[in-house]
Amino acid sequence: MTDNVASMILAVIPEIGLAVLIALVLVLDVVLREKSRPWLSWVVAFGLLVIGVLAAVFTLPGKESVSLFGGMLRLDGLGFVFRLVFLTGAGITALLTADNVDLGHRGEFYALLLTSTLGMCLMASAGDLIMLYLAIETTSIPLYVLAGFLVRDPKSVEAGLKYLLFGAMTSAVMLYGFSLLFGFSGTTDMYRIGTLLVSNQIPLAAALVGVMLVLVGFSFKISAAPFHFWAPDVYEGAPTPVAGFLSTASKAAGFAVVMRVLFIAFPDWAQYWTILIAILATASMIIGNFLALAQKNIKRLLAYSSIAQAGYILIGVTAHSELGMTGVTYYLVGYLLTNLAAFGIVAVVGRAIQSDEIASYAGLSRRSPVLALGLLAALLSLGGVPPFAGFIGKVLVFASAMQSGWLWLAIVGIINSVIGLYYYLNVLKVVYLYRSENEDQPVILTPAWKTALILCAAGIIALGVLLSPFYNLSTLPAIGIM
Amino acid sequence: MQFPILSVIIFTPLLAGIILLLLPADRKTLFRRIALAAATITLALSVVVYASYDIAAGGYQFREELAWLPQLGISYLTGVDGISAPLLLMAGVVIFCGVLVSWNVEDRPREFFAFLMFLGTSVFGVFASLDLFMLFFFFEIAVFPKYLMIILWGSPKTREYGGMKLTLYLFIGSVVALIGALGLYLAAGAASGQYTFNMLELEKAGLPMDVQRLWFPFVFFGFAILGGIFPFHSWAPDGHVAAPTAISMLLAGVEMKVGAFAALRVGIMLLPDGARFWAPLVLILATINVVYGAFIAMIQTDFKYVIGFSSVSHMGLVMIGFATLNQDGLLGAGMQMFSHGVMTALFFAVVGMVYDRAHTREISKLGGFYQKMPLAGLGFIVAGLVSMGMPGFSGFAAEFPIFMGAWQTAPVVAMIAAIGIVITAAYILLVVRRVFFGEMPAELAETVTGIHWQDKVAIVLLMCFMIGIGLFPTLMTNMVQSGVGHVLSLLGGGA
Repeated sequence: MTDNVASMILAVIPEIGLAVLIALVLVLDVVLREKSRPWLSWVVAFGLLVIGVLAAVFTLPGKESVSLFGGMLRLDGLGFVFRLVFLTGAGITALLTADNVDLGHRGEFYALLLTSTLGMCLMASAGDLIMLYLAIETTSIPLYVLAGFLVRDPKSVEAGLKYLLFGAMTSAVMLYGFSLLFGFSGTTDMYRIGTLLVSNQIPLAAALVGVMLVLVGFSFKISAAPFHFWAPDVYEGAPTPVAGFLSTASKAAGFAVVMRVLFIAFPDWAQYWTILIAILATASMIIGNFLALAQKNIKRLLAYSSIAQAGYILIGVTAHSELGMTGVTYYLVGYLLTNLAAFGIVAVVGRAIQSDEIASYAGLSRRSPVLALGLLAALLSLGGVPPFAGFIGKVLVFASAMQSGWLWLAIVGIINSVIGLYYYLNVLKVVYLYRSENEDQPVILTPAWKTALILCAAGIIALGVLLSPFYNLSTLPAIGIM
Repeated sequence: MQFPILSVIIFTPLLAGIILLLLPADRKTLFRRIALAAATITLALSVVVYASYDIAAGGYQFREELAWLPQLGISYLTGVDGISAPLLLMAGVVIFCGVLVSWNVEDRPREFFAFLMFLGTSVFGVFASLDLFMLFFFFEIAVFPKYLMIILWGSPKTREYGGMKLTLYLFIGSVVALIGALGLYLAAGAASGQYTFNMLELEKAGLPMDVQRLWFPFVFFGFAILGGIFPFHSWAPDGHVAAPTAISMLLAGVEMKVGAFAALRVGIMLLPDGARFWAPLVLILATINVVYGAFIAMIQTDFKYVIGFSSVSHMGLVMIGFATLNQDGLLGAGMQMFSHGVMTALFFAVVGMVYDRAHTREISKLGGFYQKMPLAGLGFIVAGLVSMGMPGFSGFAAEFPIFMGAWQTAPVVAMIAAIGIVITAAYILLVVRRVFFGEMPAELAETVTGIHWQDKVAIVLLMCFMIGIGLFPTLMTNMVQSGVGHVLSLLGGGA
């Protein structure tokens, strides 16, 4: 028995680590003097690195999904890989905020960021609907606050409020869906729902309503159309590094949940929900890409692009196969680094030129060739061009769709990726071709920014060129799920 | 272990490009020296590959294999056959000449040469790939260097439009081909239980007829868009005209061949039954290319557009050669890919030299350039003779077999396409007379100067290949023949 308790505690060591780190940050916030504030972010980033190493060592999944704490949590590949994804995302976000006095010099910012990360880790490993709901709320509530963190900036406050209203609304709908599922099956354990629902012979229509209501909440998290309306406004108003975190780690958490719930709780109704997901994917790609064409603000453009990206990733979910899950994971890992790099560069440039308008990026390649190259890598990776991560992700999800017989969805995907490339190239055109008056003033990069951007850029290229190790990592989530 | 010559050819430009980007921005002379050094190494090695390819043995030589993503059957697998070895050489020559004619780039030379080098890696990678995934990987790497080079250093009036149009067309083509290739991969894998992107394995897959018919149009037309096939050709003239000289040379000379070569390698060689089914359509479209392209070239008033449309016309001949699916046609197509590559590179190089001095490309405002730059004029005339298919030049060795092949399968195609050749002769002679002979307009006469030694080296080198192959066609036909033999064996002993 003691052996069992010890192993259970080891399995949640990343969560324990995060809780300790939160406490440490709050203490440091009180103790640290004004001069040493910039160290806060380094402490957080280093702490996350340590937690990441601990997670990699102690929570390595076996061949099967292990039930912990009475089925509340699951120790398996899905939780393992996505935990690492969230920790990486939080660490890079911490570095990107290091030199932002309004964010990075305040302990409560990091406390909120880490709490949200803790919630995500639980989301990815939750095996029970109640645990899942609690985890989603633990993730979301700090994010509402983070989006509105700059209380003196009306846009940021608006973003926070909008995010909260949308989030509360969809969360309520999702909770209603959970209660329906509980009503039909009599359990909140996802792993038992699947079998019980079938043997109880409940009406298909009723079950599908439950699935749809649940999907509303998940679609909000991954900002898939038609539940995407919050994204552009929130990304535009929220502090840029927070927007980056929202669009990557938070979205990845949503996908982890989508896969676990759909694949585990409703495997027998795959023929129905795959159609739903295919529709969501198509709508997200088309709406995201077409609206992105008209954007003049880089953060709004990235918001619509991230809606479209959610669509591509959903293609892999639709495939409902091992290759599909691998593709989704590979895509998400690449997308995390890519979008963090893009938002990081937007944050750096936004500070230097005091604007997020695309037009004001003119002359960037002369002011700072390095940042211009970084933006080039990030945007082309989003566009799905080798040798960057996005290309491999796209190939994998398209291949998985075709393997499962979704040829039309793959074709919709490639048409959309052409539209996507158009607006990404248009941004690069402004960066490289147009001139501006202040192009002889270089953009200053602090060590924290440099570290974060170099990590992202190296990751984007590594994922695009050294395929094998990352592919192996991405196959882990399928173990015990498919 | 054998010296990995193909990998060195592929990665030398990449390395040079990365080194360039890491250097500080003010070392102008160093940039072009590094680029020239890299281009010289790749040219020398591609000559070595060409010269040491064992024609008697045939098949794929200089093979290198490395596991890349074995879980999905993706490997880094290189090798050249009798068709790709000449193309590798052609790419080496054109990139070398491209660096020479860009010697005096003023605006951001570091980025210019770095992107040029990346483009080089892309084309070498495609020509040397024996793995389908690897081929795509290198094929699509070219997207951003192409786009940025056109919009940054292209001609100000049309570069934004031309660059975007070209890039999107090519991206559409490549993603359509990607879908086809994935379909092919999945079908072959499901049939044999062994999923692989290795093209040597896929050649032997023997897919059922309906699968081949389904995926052939995806891969063939997807890649053929980059080869400029009608009705998807309009990116070519717009893009080539908008691009700076070196990039026009590379795009028209090498990149269009990349498309045609990939269409052959993936479309025809992996899906031979599909090719036989779709060949009549390809034949019709390619014939339109030849004739329509030539007529449109005839009425252009812009010097560079004439050459742009002539490429469309000439690439049509390559596609006709493919679609005949017989020995003569394929041999001619292989020769034409080389011949057109060096020829059009020379055309664009000379157009660039004229434009740099006259600052206009309106044919009516030019004249008398032969006196000021005789070597460039001579080069243009030689390239013109090649494009007319005059005996004694490489164009003859290429176009004659194509017509022979076409005559065997569809005589009417040969007859119609011959019109294109007549028109070609007309517009080339017209342009030569108006631009290089006659009176030079007075305002130009004072400012126009001679060409640099770098330009002269490039012109002479390109001319040597055109005349050399023209006088001694067996230098190349034997090699191409060995590659064609393999294609025919895949097609089942020929038509």
